[in-house]
Parts: sequence; C-alpha cells; structure tokens
Amino acid sequence: MQQFLVFVRKEFYHVFRDKRTLLILFGLPVMQILLFGFALTTEIKNARILIVDEAKDIASQQITNEIAASSYFSIEKSVLSHKDLYTAFREGKVKCALVFPAHFNDDLVHSNKAQVQIIADASDPNSAKTLTNYLSAIINDYQNRLNATAVQPYRIQPETLMLYNPELNGSLNFIPGVIALVLMIVCTTLTSVSIVREKEMGTMEILLVSPFKPLYVILSKAVPYLALSLLNFILILLLSIFLLHVPVRGNIFLLFGESTLFIISCLSLGLLISGVTNSQQTAMMISMMGMMLPTILFTGFLFPLENMPVPLQVISNFIPSRWYYTIVKTIMLKGLGFSTIWKETLILIGMTVLLLFISLKRFKIRLA
Amino acid sequence: MRTLKFLLRKEFRQIFRNKSLLPIIFVLPMVQLLIMPLAANFDVKSINLVIVDNDHSTTTDRLIAKIGASGYFDIRATEPSYKKALALIGNERADIILEIPAHFERNLVREGAQKVYLAADAINGIKGSLGSAYLTSVLADFNNEFRLTWVQPQKFNTLATIDIAPVNWFNPLLNYQFYMVPGILVILVTMVGGFIAALNIVKEKEMGTIEQINVTPVKKWQFLAGKLIPFWIIGVFDFTIGLLIARFVYGIVPVGHLAVLYLFLAVYLVALLGFGLLISTYSDNQLQAMFVAFFFIMIFILMSGLFTSVDNMPPWAQVLSRLTPVTYFIDVVRMIVLKGSGLSDIKYQLLIEGAFAIVLNGWAILNYRKTT
Amino acid sequence: MSEKAIVCKDLTKEFGDFTAVNKISFEVNTGEIYGFLGANGAGKTTAMRMLCGLSYPTSGEAMVAGFNVYKQQESIKKNIGYMSQKFSLYENLTIRENIEFYGGIYGLSDQQLKSKEDELITTLGLEKEAKKLVGGLPLGWKQKLAFSVAIIHQPKIVFLDEPTGGVDPVTRRQFWDLIYEASAKGITIFVTTHYMDEAEYCGRISIMVDGRIDALDTPANLKQQFSATTMDEVFYALARGAKRSAD
Repeated sequence: MQQFLVFVRKEFYHVFRDKRTLLILFGLPVMQILLFGFALTTEIKNARILIVDEAKDIASQQITNEIAASSYFSIEKSVLSHKDLYTAFREGKVKCALVFPAHFNDDLVHSNKAQVQIIADASDPNSAKTLTNYLSAIINDYQNRLNATAVQPYRIQPETLMLYNPELNGSLNFIPGVIALVLMIVCTTLTSVSIVREKEMGTMEILLVSPFKPLYVILSKAVPYLALSLLNFILILLLSIFLLHVPVRGNIFLLFGESTLFIISCLSLGLLISGVTNSQQTAMMISMMGMMLPTILFTGFLFPLENMPVPLQVISNFIPSRWYYTIVKTIMLKGLGFSTIWKETLILIGMTVLLLFISLKRFKIRLA
Repeated sequence: MRTLKFLLRKEFRQIFRNKSLLPIIFVLPMVQLLIMPLAANFDVKSINLVIVDNDHSTTTDRLIAKIGASGYFDIRATEPSYKKALALIGNERADIILEIPAHFERNLVREGAQKVYLAADAINGIKGSLGSAYLTSVLADFNNEFRLTWVQPQKFNTLATIDIAPVNWFNPLLNYQFYMVPGILVILVTMVGGFIAALNIVKEKEMGTIEQINVTPVKKWQFLAGKLIPFWIIGVFDFTIGLLIARFVYGIVPVGHLAVLYLFLAVYLVALLGFGLLISTYSDNQLQAMFVAFFFIMIFILMSGLFTSVDNMPPWAQVLSRLTPVTYFIDVVRMIVLKGSGLSDIKYQLLIEGAFAIVLNGWAILNYRKTT
Repeated sequence: MSEKAIVCKDLTKEFGDFTAVNKISFEVNTGEIYGFLGANGAGKTTAMRMLCGLSYPTSGEAMVAGFNVYKQQESIKKNIGYMSQKFSLYENLTIRENIEFYGGIYGLSDQQLKSKEDELITTLGLEKEAKKLVGGLPLGWKQKLAFSVAIIHQPKIVFLDEPTGGVDPVTRRQFWDLIYEASAKGITIFVTTHYMDEAEYCGRISIMVDGRIDALDTPANLKQQFSATTMDEVFYALARGAKRSAD
C-alpha cells in the first residue's frame, strides 16, 4: 500500500511540474466553458439588416421602428438601388434586407392587401431561415395590431410553455456536451501519454520486473488521473453553475456517479491507446486529434444526431460520450432521475467493462 | 538559393518516408471532408410531436390530420395525459407536446374562443422556438379554415393582410452543405498546416539535428524557408483535392474566381505556417508543441465562425474572433464560393491576413536563434 | 608562419549566477590533435559550443580559424566541421542522400558532390549499404560516417563532441585511424572525450574541472607531473576534488 502511494504521488509530480500539461488539464476546460458558455451560440443577435423603404410612410416607419427595437436586428444605413443591394450582400455587409414597395400604407389601408419582400443571404441557410422567421413574426405582429379591433369569431389561442429553458439560453444545449468533450479528451490523452512515457523511458520494464503486481502498476496510473479528472469535472461544474448560471436540477450524487463511470471509460480508452503505440507523440495524436473529431460530431451536442444519415447514427452509438451527454442533460437540465436514464447507464457500464477487459488483456499479453 | 534546393530536397524525402505522417497529411483530411458535412447540420428537420387529445371530436381529428400533413412534424404518439406526454420529453422521445382541452369543439363554437397548450423542449433553443412557431402557424391556418366552414366570409371584417415574399440569395435551395463544406475545407488545411509544421521543427530540436544545422553556414531564412515551403505546397495540394471532392461529391462549384481563392489561400498558408513555426520556437519537444498547438488551434476553430456565426457573439468575443487568422479565411472562402465575391470585395480580409503572415513569421524568425 | 587554429583568453560563460565556463585560456596550433578533457559537468560542451559559434560567451576573447567568435560567427561556420554528441545524420535519409545534403549546404558543386560521395563510400567500405537508410546502420558505422561528413568540405578545424560513445574498443581504434588521416591532411582536430586512453592519442590535452582548466600539456608531461603511469590516474588526481557532476 505504501508503495502504491509512492507511485501515485510520483504521477502527481509529473503532472504538476509540467506547465504545458497543466495548460491542457485545467486551461483547456476553462477555455472551452468560457467560449461555449459566452461566445458560441446559435441564437441570432444583431443581424445586420438593410431596409429599402420606397414607401416612406407611416406603416413602413412603424415596422422599421419595431425592427430597430428588436435585439435580433441591427439596421444598416439604407441603400437606394437594387444593384447597391446586391453589392452589399456580396461584400458580406448585411445578412438580410426588407423591401417596402411604394404606396405601402395606402395599399394596406385602402385595398387591405400589401406586399413586402424579404431578401436573405442564404449562404448560411440556417440563419436565413431564422431571420426570415423573425422578420415575418414582426410583420405579422404589426398586421395583428392593425386588425386588433376586428372581430374574429372562433379563436384558437395557443399558449406556449418552454420547458427546461424558459429564457432560451443558447448555450444550455452545449454545456453538457462540453463537459463530455473535455473529460474525454483530457482524461484519455493524459492517461495514454503517461503510460507510454514510462514505456519510452524504460521505467515501465523496471516497474513490471518489481514485486509490484501488473494490476497495481496500472492502478497506480489510473488512480491519479481518476482523481484529476474528477477535480476537472468539479471545476467545470462550478464554472457552469456560477458563471454561466446553468442549473443542476437533478440529484447531484447521481451526476457524480455517472461522471465517475464515464471517466473510468475514458481511462480504459487511454489504457487501450497506450497499448497500441510506443511513442508518446503517436499516443497524443491518437488521443487528441483522433478522438476530438468523433467526439464533437457524434456526441450530439453541436449537431443533432437525428439529422445525420443512418450509418453515422449507428456509429454514434459506439461513442461513450454520446450516452454520457444524454445522461448529463437529463439529470442536470431536466431534473430527472435514474428511472429515466437506466438504459443509457447500462450501456455506458457495458462499454466501460468491455474497454477495461480489452485493454487489460492487451497489457497482460505484452508482458507474456 | 542552391542551399535552399538541398534543404527542400531533404525535407521532401523525409516527409514522404515518414509512414505515420503521410496518412495524416493526405488521408485524414479527405476522410474528414467526406464525413463531417454529412454530420454537421443544424437544420431542424422532423420535430417529434406528442398529442394529448382530451376532446376526441371530429374537429380535433381534422386538426391532427392537418398537423400530420404539414410535413414539419412526426407525430410520435398520442397519450392520455400531460404527465405521460411529459415523460416522453424527459427521455428524448418527443420534442413538443400539444394538449387539447376537453370539450374543445363544443366550447369553441359556444364561447367563440378556446385555448390549446404547447410545451416544447427548449434545451435546444432554436428547435424549441421553431417547433412552437411552426405549430402555431399550422394552428392559425386551421383556425382560418374552421371559420370559413362556420361563418360566411362577409360576416367578419376584412382583415388587412401583409403578404410576405421571401427570397433566398446565393443558396436558393438552402443547402446546408454548401455552407459547411467550404468551411471544413479551411479547417482541414489549418490542422495540417498548423500542427504538422509546428511538430516538424521541434522534432529536429529533439533529435539534435538542428544543432548540426546551426553550425553550418546555412542562413536563418534559408532554414525556415526550407521548412515552410514543403508544407505550403502540401497545403495547396490538400486544398485542391478538397475542392475536387467538393465539386464531385457535393456538387459545389465556386461561383467566384478560383484565382482569387488561391491567392488568399497562399497568403493564409504563410500566416498559418508562421504560427506553427512560432510555436515550435517556443517548445523543446514534440509533446509540448502539440499541447500548445492543440490549445490554440481549438480556440481558432471555435471562434472562426465555422460552427456558429461570429455575428452572434458578444462584442468581446467578436474582437477575439477578429484576432484569429482562421476567421478571415472562413469568411472569404464562403464569400467566393457561394457569392462570387471578387478581389475588391475581399481586399480588407486579404490585407489583414497579410498582416498576420508578416507578424507571425517575423516574430518566429526573430525568435529562432542560431546562437544562444 | 602558421596561424593558430584556436586562440582563447579568459573565455567565460555564465547562466544567471552559475558559471559554467570560468576564464579558460588556451591555444591550439594548426594541424594539432587537441584533446579537451574533463568530467561530466565540467563545462566541456559549453566551451565547445562557444567556439563553434553556437553560444555567445559572457566575457573573454576567442578566435577560431582567425575569426572572432562574437562578430564573425558565419565565417567561423564556413571553416569548421562539427560532430555533435547527439548523433547528427538524418536517420531516414540514405547514406548518399546525407552526404549530398551536407556537402551541398557547405557549397560543394555537383561534380564535387559526386566524387566525394563515391570517395567516402569506397573509403568506408559502405558500397553495399549506400542506398540504405542511415538509421539501419550499426552505431560504429554511423559514427565514422558522421565524421567523414563533418569534414566533407575540408574545413580548417573539426570539433568532435564525445564522438566514440557506446562502441567497442576495436571500432574506437578504427575511428581514431580516420582522425589521424584527417590530421595528416592538415585539418586541426579538437576533440572532447572522457575515455582516458584516447587522451594518449592526442598531441596535447587540457583537463577541465568545475569550469576551469586545471592542466594543459602533452600526455607524457602530465603523467610525469602527476607521477602517474596512465592518464586515468592523472585524471583521477585532478577530478577527485571536483564539485560538479553532471552536464
């Protein structure tokens, strides 16, 4: 036991003495949380809009005021000709435009029908759709207010409740994913690199030749990184709660339990990777660059899984972080308990056991 | 110049003999380009709807039929209670609930108005608000139809209507891949250029061969050029293959001039490689270089506007974004490929990228010392 | 009159408040084989790096091949060869390619390169391995090759930093044969080593202890001075009191 602690302590020295390892261990998570929490969002804000007002009457003015007041839009100085409009779009100066034809208000008042044109820069199709929707909503609002005095029989009135995220916080979706991504990358990389480093330096052989059982050698590697990853997890959680105001609505012990499970699966993955290479550089390349892309894509926090073609969806089922993401989302944001996520937990346990089994077996084979 | 020739020859021989590097430079980017655009899609397609119908009248039947026919929704289930429906949202089997109160049809006619209740999973804010917006608009449509069956049109005041004619420029089919593929192309060139270039010089440091070079009459600029030029060429090559894949797999044909695109690429690569170079002058071994490069490249990629638009970011983040060289190339590549923007349209970005190239490389050259 | 190959006066290198090389002074004659000895950590490699133009001295003067180490480093580099402690040829290039590379950057013409390549390969008996990667050669061959490449441009002086580490005595002897050949062609040899028997092969040697030169003379004179029969004993007498132990 004493020897075991010695090894664990040595591992901690390795980590804390290297500035760059610390950068990855703590700097990376903090950076990701800050970026995903504050900077990255799919919610539209201050989209630059050009208003071509050929009517210049009370209706067009009022609608323009509505748009100016909306946080979704930011009005650029208006332009005169169609050609100028095209140039503005091509130079990337505006994302959309609203065109009021001449006599807009007159048409509305006297013929009860008027037209407007919305032009959207569809090179980003998503924002084009969203902006068109928002603009239409503003215009429809105005239309409804015009008609407020009209009597409308048989009104169906929808009442909408936004579940789990009433303020429509754009980053809520990301955060559980960032947690998964960071834990996966950091834990796997550090574990695999540390084991391979011993191999490269030759000290691994010394350890294996000692009276220390091989299993303990592995444990001596796993325990420090388990502890560090949990520390990391707590750090990210605290940042999310206090800096980003992400709620933890469910049972926090359950969250910890599931996270520990996930961390163990990452450790096994790291162990597995360390078994296939003898060079620290390769271990790092595989853990960092190799894992990063599949994790980002297939966890489902950035791009919805249901949009992907079926073969890719199948692949995503083999990525542990995909299941962990669902678990975290369900516990943290929906406040639900084990009864909802028992299936995902079981799958995660299965994957962890499988990974451990394969990596331990490989390790033993190398010894034989 | 002759010295440079020998340096380049050595460099290329080493690159092509490095068995583990070759797949990363040539195969990985292609795989990325083939898989990522298929996966990377923010579109809101089918929304899973669960209906709690407490009325079971012909009206509600017709309403449900209409919702199903709208194409926006996939009606997953009908549940007897809101609680049960909520459980489906809890375990991700549904995205939105529509609850119709009891005696809906009867009360709508008798009292002239009835409420219906929507509850949307808003964790994904866009999906939540789009889903409820679509459902609300289908409801409004149904409402109008319903009125027309009960009341003569003249009996209610004519409403003023504003017809909206939306037009989509540059990508009329709203093809998401047109948007993502050029961006992903930039990323793959960035990863290859940034990472690999950084690692290359550090490897020589680790092995000691750099000392051997320092002792020769080889000048600083010759050595650095000998390192940059091969990776510059590989970057251009990768980009070209990427463009071919974009053309033949995704059907993306650049609207603008290829010459302008390649001009920007040339400048961009110099800036990027300068960055990799800079990292390598500050690192003693490959592990360190990789960690640092990874950290920064992650920031660059996330802030570049590839996944989420720069315009949506808060002001401080936008400043950060403007300080990264990747952002400008992503802008430009989308502008040229999709909008046909020309040299004059991108001159601002080109200038900035050029500034990056000069600053980064200059810094690296100053930092690289033949004598300590 | 033969110019001195290396002249060194009070050469010093400090790293913060650690003085690695402490006011060393010596001269090396043209054509000499000069052994620069010392224990690990004594400051040998640091001193040599200053002479090669790899490191700026903190103070003191030095001239190498007639050029000033502070101001004329590029000229020094044109006129010297160097074989580093960490091995210096490219492992994933062939023998021919390595020769071509180093010869090329030292300014040999294509014709000269071709003839040098053939010459080296024949001399070292590497015909069968010429197209193989250097990484596959045994250590002894690598070292001989590295030396030959270091003098490919007929430099005035060649600096060798622990060139014979890790090989058997026979191979070491063969290596020294090469050194003698080079010396016979007029190249000054400046070699550091901690194999004391190799010290006997040198014309004169100096021994560094804790950053200072504590002895400088021919091997024979030193043995007499310290009443020793082997250079090992001389070395032991001097280095025993050394305070530093690792480079």
